[in-house]
Amino acid sequence: MSQQQRPEVHRDEASVDAERATEPAASRYAWRTVDIVVAAVLAVAFGVVFWAWGNLWNTTVAGFTAFPPAQAFMYGVWLVPGVLTMLVVRKPGAAVFAMLLASTVSALLGTVWGPQVIWYGLIEGLAPELVFLLAMGYRRFGLPVALLAAAAAGVAAASLDWYYYYRTWSTGWLVSYFAILVASSVVIAGVGSWFLVRRLAATGALDAFPSGRERDRV
Amino acid sequence: MTGARVEARGWGWRHAGRRSHAVRGLDLTVGAGERVLLLGPSGSGKSTLLAALAGLLDPANAGDAEGRLTVDGLDPRAARDRSGLMLQDPETQLVMARAGDDVAFGPENRAVPDVEIWRRVDDALGAVGFPYARDRRTDQLSGGEQQRLALAGILALSPRLLLLDEPTANLDPDGARLVREAVAAAQQSTGVTTVLVEHRVAEALPLVDRVVVLDADGGIVADGAPADVFGKHGSWLADAGVWVPDHPLPERRRRATPAGTGSDPPARLLVATDVGFTYRGSPRPVLSGVSAHVEAGEALAVVGPNGSGKSTLATILAGLLAPTAGCVRAAPALAGADARRPPHRWRARDLATRIGTVFQDPEHQFLTGRVRDELAFGPGRSGEAAAAVARRVDDLLDRLHLTRLADANPFTLSGGEKRRLSVATALTTSPSVLVLDEPTFGQDRRTWIQLIDLLAAHRDAGGAICAVTHDTGIVTSLADRVVTLEAGRLAPVPDQEVTA
Amino acid sequence: MLDVHSPAVGTGRLARANPVAKLAACFVLGIGVSLTDDPVTPALVLVAVLLALRAGGVAISVLLRRGWPLLISVTAVGVTTLLFGDNDQPWLTALAVIVRLLAIALPGVVVLLTIDPTDLADSLVQNARVPPRFAYASLAALRLLPLMATEWRTIRMARRARGVDAGRNPLAHVRLFGGTVFTLLVGAVRRGTRLAFAMDARGFDATGPRTVARPQVVRRSDFVLVAGAFVLMAAAVAASAALGAFRPLWA
Repeated sequence: MSQQQRPEVHRDEASVDAERATEPAASRYAWRTVDIVVAAVLAVAFGVVFWAWGNLWNTTVAGFTAFPPAQAFMYGVWLVPGVLTMLVVRKPGAAVFAMLLASTVSALLGTVWGPQVIWYGLIEGLAPELVFLLAMGYRRFGLPVALLAAAAAGVAAASLDWYYYYRTWSTGWLVSYFAILVASSVVIAGVGSWFLVRRLAATGALDAFPSGRERDRV
Repeated sequence: MTGARVEARGWGWRHAGRRSHAVRGLDLTVGAGERVLLLGPSGSGKSTLLAALAGLLDPANAGDAEGRLTVDGLDPRAARDRSGLMLQDPETQLVMARAGDDVAFGPENRAVPDVEIWRRVDDALGAVGFPYARDRRTDQLSGGEQQRLALAGILALSPRLLLLDEPTANLDPDGARLVREAVAAAQQSTGVTTVLVEHRVAEALPLVDRVVVLDADGGIVADGAPADVFGKHGSWLADAGVWVPDHPLPERRRRATPAGTGSDPPARLLVATDVGFTYRGSPRPVLSGVSAHVEAGEALAVVGPNGSGKSTLATILAGLLAPTAGCVRAAPALAGADARRPPHRWRARDLATRIGTVFQDPEHQFLTGRVRDELAFGPGRSGEAAAAVARRVDDLLDRLHLTRLADANPFTLSGGEKRRLSVATALTTSPSVLVLDEPTFGQDRRTWIQLIDLLAAHRDAGGAICAVTHDTGIVTSLADRVVTLEAGRLAPVPDQEVTA
Repeated sequence: MLDVHSPAVGTGRLARANPVAKLAACFVLGIGVSLTDDPVTPALVLVAVLLALRAGGVAISVLLRRGWPLLISVTAVGVTTLLFGDNDQPWLTALAVIVRLLAIALPGVVVLLTIDPTDLADSLVQNARVPPRFAYASLAALRLLPLMATEWRTIRMARRARGVDAGRNPLAHVRLFGGTVFTLLVGAVRRGTRLAFAMDARGFDATGPRTVARPQVVRRSDFVLVAGAFVLMAAAVAASAALGAFRPLWA
């Protein structure tokens, strides 16, 4: 009476992509309620993560925050929401939406810089969004695209900092700042996000999303 | 307003991506105004049926349907404005920051004219007996108040079919009672058709006139008046995990030790003296002046209404939270050299070998990606040999009936399996004291009994149990002693030995 | 604690103004000042904004209480400009940077004190044509913020109970942080999925128009507010040019 459950073989990216390519375009790009709400909750969850991350470093090294090159090492954390949400939800605009909302939550929680971080969020979201758009039109969500998107977010963040704070720095310092920041972003927001999404999918939490269909089933 | 009529003919549903059907071959008719209790073992598709009746399952992309299901003769998706679905978790049903705004959310979505929205909001709030004004913050409400607010949000849309998916599962007894009263009031004043899924059958009976039992393999196994159904099928329903009324629970209190057996009085492993706790920046203390102790070979239940500070006391006793007043001391028998320091200053690694804590949400404690690794984590860290650890893990898997899930991701387990796993992982480091926060929350009867047996075994082997709970079943079945808290203090009645 | 729903400044003219208008005014000033490169223009804007805030009902005490971390961080940036910069007038440049940042950030910091998130969502939908599904889904998610903050602490305690803590090792801290983030995100996705289901059950996915329970009006004073921001920016530039100090970013 009960069916024997064979474990489904792990499906690779190519077969999932092939399946998605045959989906009607409308449902591939249209946001369902669950897409919007989960993207929003992820962004808000990162409001908590930012708060905890800030606490972690404020208590250990007080002067850290005043020494920008050191800050650049940890910058990647602030850039995770955009890449992560896009990898989970896979809908156009996900990176921008998540970064905007995460930074709005930060602002509401009372960051030092106030609403200016919302502006940062917008630009830091647009950069990876463009990568996902240009690299195959929202069809590729594997590690290489994630790394590229994270790198783009890093460049955007460093450019913003240069424009607002560090325009008078010497070229040497600027280049090192850029390099460290982008590296941090690639590692934390790129590899980190991709890895997080895989582990989230393994828990079954992402079953409502295409990113969740790639897990082994028992 | 009369109720809707529900008809199912050979209806079945298979969720997308799953191999087996959630529901199969369902033939059911529910007349207008009827009040039905839907029962069945886990996996019999009760929640799926409710979701389908609410019109939330779309054959185009959520799965495959077979047969026919209608509400008032219409496809449920066309009849969505006639049905209202109430879910189990209050926190994920509320949308807005203020109570009135939340009730207005449904009417706004359904394009109810602006002028009428607030009239409906006020009527709905009154109908559920909501005790506050419209601008009350939703995050300052208790679970029971939140669920009543969720019900108000549904009633504001004047449904003809009320679907309730375990509405009181996450609530304490007082909150649950108030929600049931609100549902009863709605039934009486509107004659709405009700389909209720509820574990705590005894308390749900006043809300229904008919019981329908689904079979895990499809179809209906029993259908009729409650007395008939439980009379005929009570035993196997109880075995399958349904809380059938008037079926007694196993007795697991310790055997009374005769006085003067020659051994020493039981060791007090943890003693809390005048403990208090206040959150930073908060004017009122959560706990104050509470003294309690945990003894070896005894199961202690900590009870009290919501907000009485029970969980805080448990986390302080477990060494996870430092009290802001008073102190907690461990006996040398428990802590060895560390007895001089309070538990909250112990290294986590040592703490885990002395006091195990089981949290209300098992997922908070999962550390690895495989059930087997979860069980091996504790012993592995304290440096046991790999072969010995593997053997212990296999033994535990067997005892907990988790062997076939050994390689599964812990997060993918069912609620009952997760609960068993989290208790097991706490026990793998062989702590003497086991502290549990609401261990039987939302469990069906079968898992409940397995859990009580596990805890009793630990206690009988000489360990100590401290369980914070709303569940009177634990008090009557397992607890050897009860501590009652009220508003952060010990209730006037002192610790009482639970008489046999 | 992590509470965003009670505006610190609930009364006064600024509090009553339309949220989108308030944000637009900050935006205008922020962009305007970002495009200047001299110390005088931002200074003029800053002074004018402080006066306007007083007139709008924001007390100096609130300003200081919420504004002092900004002052400290801005000074820190000024210090790094001194250390890492390379130009001929280091002190003047540092001062310019400080004043510029204050002028950009301060109006927003204070305006944020007067904004209630529900009003903001309503205003974005009604006055700025933001799609309601995104605005209200965000509001619903925001409601879960304090819950998730408490959950963070609970997860930490739960890990300690399993024998995992960080001690002195910074690497262990990061690993513990990562594990806690993971568990928090699992809970977040599960909650989001349930919340989406509940919202759909209440008709959120309907395709037709929505009605409005809390109208957000745009009054004449709101137009004045935004126009005033433009006027202020222009006046500051003019005054700075008149003093011979004005220099745009691209010069």
